[in-house]
Amino acid sequence: MSTEPEFDKHSKTYTTGHEWDGIKELNTPLPRWWLWTYIACIVWAVGYWILMPAWPLVSSYSKGVLGYSQRDAVAAELKDTRNSRNVFAQKLLSSNLETIEATPKLMEFALASGRAAFGDNCAGCHGSGASGSKGYPNLNDDDWLWGGTLEDIHHTITVGVRSSDDDTRESDMPAFLTDEILTKDQISDVATYVMSLSDPAIKAPAGSAEIFQDNCAACHGEDAHGNRDVGAPNLTDAIWLYGGDHKTITTTISYSRRGVMPTWAGRLDKATIRSLAIYVHALGGGE
Amino acid sequence: MATEPNESDISGQDLPPVVPHKHVERADVEAVNKAANRSLYAAQKKIHPKRAKGTFRTIKWWVMIVTLGIYYFSPWIRWDRGPGIPDQAILVDIAHSRFYFFFIEIWPQEVYYITGLLILSAIGLFLVTSTLGRIWCGYTCPQTVWVDLFLVAERFFEGDRNARIKLDKAKWSLSKLAKRTAKHVTWLIISVLTGGAWVFYMNDAPTLMHQLLAFDAPLTTWFWILVLTCTTYLLGGFAREQVCTYMCPWPRIQGVMMDEDTLAVMYRYDRGEPRGPHKKNESWDNRGDCIDCRQCMVVCPMGIDIRDGMQLECIQCSLCIDACDAVMEKIDRPRGLIAYDSLTNFDRRAQGKPEKRHIVRPRTLLYTMFMIIVGGIMLYGLMHRSTLEVNVLRDRNPLFVQLSSGDIRNGYTVKILNKTHDIHTYSLAISGLSSYKIKVEGVTEKTADGKPVIRVERDQLRAVKIYISVPKAEISGDSMDISIIVRELAGKAVSRNDTTFKGPKM
Repeated sequence: MSTEPEFDKHSKTYTTGHEWDGIKELNTPLPRWWLWTYIACIVWAVGYWILMPAWPLVSSYSKGVLGYSQRDAVAAELKDTRNSRNVFAQKLLSSNLETIEATPKLMEFALASGRAAFGDNCAGCHGSGASGSKGYPNLNDDDWLWGGTLEDIHHTITVGVRSSDDDTRESDMPAFLTDEILTKDQISDVATYVMSLSDPAIKAPAGSAEIFQDNCAACHGEDAHGNRDVGAPNLTDAIWLYGGDHKTITTTISYSRRGVMPTWAGRLDKATIRSLAIYVHALGGGE
Repeated sequence: MATEPNESDISGQDLPPVVPHKHVERADVEAVNKAANRSLYAAQKKIHPKRAKGTFRTIKWWVMIVTLGIYYFSPWIRWDRGPGIPDQAILVDIAHSRFYFFFIEIWPQEVYYITGLLILSAIGLFLVTSTLGRIWCGYTCPQTVWVDLFLVAERFFEGDRNARIKLDKAKWSLSKLAKRTAKHVTWLIISVLTGGAWVFYMNDAPTLMHQLLAFDAPLTTWFWILVLTCTTYLLGGFAREQVCTYMCPWPRIQGVMMDEDTLAVMYRYDRGEPRGPHKKNESWDNRGDCIDCRQCMVVCPMGIDIRDGMQLECIQCSLCIDACDAVMEKIDRPRGLIAYDSLTNFDRRAQGKPEKRHIVRPRTLLYTMFMIIVGGIMLYGLMHRSTLEVNVLRDRNPLFVQLSSGDIRNGYTVKILNKTHDIHTYSLAISGLSSYKIKVEGVTEKTADGKPVIRVERDQLRAVKIYISVPKAEISGDSMDISIIVRELAGKAVSRNDTTFKGPKM
C-alpha cells in the first residue's frame, strides 16, 4: 500500500509512504557520501578491469590495456638493483684494500654484501659468526693457513682447498701410521713434542725432536712455525684446528686430515667473492 | 511533502504580530546544528553565518592574522648553525632525522623532548580551558581560523547571509555560476597555499620553492601538498561545524576541564528571561532583556542557539556577544546580555551578591604546577643536553676469539654521536683491565699516551669497530666488567660506558 509520506514525530524522520498492516517504513536513505563512495568504487573497478589484469579466462587471463605484470615489475626491479650494485661491484674489483678501507661507502657495500653472502654460503661450515668448529677454521682469529692478506683470502675463496679447481690450494700431509712411515710409539712421542712447543710445562721425550726434524720440518719448518705456501699450520701457537690434546694430535699424525673447501669461482660472481674476502678480512684477523 | 512540525523550533508561526524596534529585525533562523535538531539520517543543513562586528570580531581578525602569519612565514626564518647544517629556524629534517627549532636541535633518540612538548601543550590547554573556557576552539584552532578565512572568501563573492541564502535557492544562471566558480577557485588557492606551506617545514624553504616553481620537487612533496589541499578544501569549505561536532574529541573532553568558575560565553538567562518581542516605548517591567531577535543565532558559525545554555556544539567564538551587544545598544539596554560569565556568578546574582572572578583555585593551581614542573624538567634537560653520546655494542657471535698467542680478543662496535656543530676528536680508553691491547679499525692516529683518536664530523654519528685483546694470564673469569671511556679531546665531554669482557670458562 502506498500513501503520502508523513512525518514521524517519534523518530523525527519521514516515512516512505509504504505501509503493510499498519506498519510504516521510515525513510532512512544511505548517507550521500557513502553512496557516492560506493559509486566511485564501481567506476574505479570498471576502469581497473580495463587497464589492469583482472579476469581469469580458460587458459589465461585478461591482460589489461596497460599490460602490467607483477613478474615483469619484479624482474625490472631486480635488474635495476643489479645495475646499481654493479657500479660498486666494479669499483670493488678494481680497488686495493687501502682504497676500499678509505672509502666508507665502498666498505659499507662490501661488508653488507659480504655478510649476506657469508650467511648463504660459508656459515654452514664456518658458523654464522665465522668462529668455525673442529676441522673448520675460525676466521676471526689471526692464524691463517694460507695467508691473511686480502689477496690471500680472496684467492683461497676463489680456488678452494683440495677442491676440483685446477689451481686449488692443496697440502698433502702423509698419514704417518697407515703409510707405515712411523710407528705408534714414534707418533706418540712426536705428538708430545708438538705439544711441548706451545706449552713449556710439557717435556719432550728423548729423540722426538729428531723424529720431527726428519719427518715434519720439511713442511712445518725447523722451528715448527708452519709454511703458508703449502698450507702447513704453525704448531707453536695456541690455535688447533682439530684439537691440541695428545690423543687428537696422535690421530692427526697417524691418519692425516685433508679438510676440504669447495672452489667458489664458478658459483659466486667475482664481486661477491671480493665482498666475501673483504668481510672475512674485516672480522678482526686480517693482515 | 508534508510540512515538518518541529517541536523544538522556536520560530513558531503562531506568535502574535509585533511592531519591532526600528533597527532590529527579527531574523528567520533555525538552530540547525543543535543536538535536538540534527539527525544522523538527514542531510546536513547549511549554515550561513552573518558577518559580526564588534570587539570580539576585531580580536578574532587579529588572532587570525597572527596565526596565519606564523603558519605561512615561520619556515622562512633563518637561523645560522654553521657550515653544513641547515640554517632554517624551524625544520623537521626527515632525511637526516633531525628536528631543528631555533637554538634547539633534537636527534631521534631525544624524542622525549617532543613528548614533553606535547604534555606541556595538553596541560596548557587544560589550564586555559579551566579558566577561560574553549578559547582554543573559538580563536586559535586551525579549523576555526581556516573556516573564518573561507567565509571571508565566500562573503566576498556571494555577499552576506541573506544574499547567500538567496543564491542557494536561486536557479542556476551565469551570474550564480560565476560567483560559485570564483568562490571555489579562491578556496582551492587557499587550500593549495595551505598544503604548500606545510611542506616547507620539512624542507629547506628557498630550495623547495625553486624546485616547486620548476616542477622539479620530490614526489612526496607533491603528494603532501595534494593531501593537505584536499583536507583544507573539504574541512574548511564543506565539513566546517561538522568537524567540531562529530570529528573532534576536544568538545567531549572539555566537559571535565570546566567547572562552575570557568569563564564561558553564556546567555544571562537571569537577565534575559522571559524573552519576547518588544515594541518601542513599551515598558521593560516584568520581562527580560532578550527581545528574541535571534541575531545571536544568525552570526553563529556553529548553527546553535546560545540561549539553550552551554552545549557541546558551542566553540565559544563569542561572535554572539558582538551581535547581541550591537542590538542592546540599539534598544538602549546595557550590553552583556550574552557575555563571558561563570556559573558561580549566576548563583551569586540570584543571591544578590556581587559578581566575582575566581581564577586561582585548586584546579588551575595544579595545572600551573604541572606546567612548571614539566617545563622545568625540559629546560633543565635542554640546558644540560649532552653533546656527546656513546653506544657500545658487544659482539655476541663469537663471544670471544682466542688468538694464536693465546690472548683473548673481544670485539665491540662503538657508536659516537657528535651532537655539536664542530668537528671533534675523541680518545678511547678502557678501565677495568690492567693489561690490554686496543685496535680500532681504520684508525691509526694516537694520543701521546697511546690512546686511539677518533675523529667525528660535525653533527654526525660515527660507528667504529674496536678489538680489545687481553693476555690469557689476565683473564680472571668468563666475564669481566669493564668500561669504555670516550673523552672529547678539546673539551670536557666524557662518556663512560659499562660493558663486559668475555673469556673462556675457567
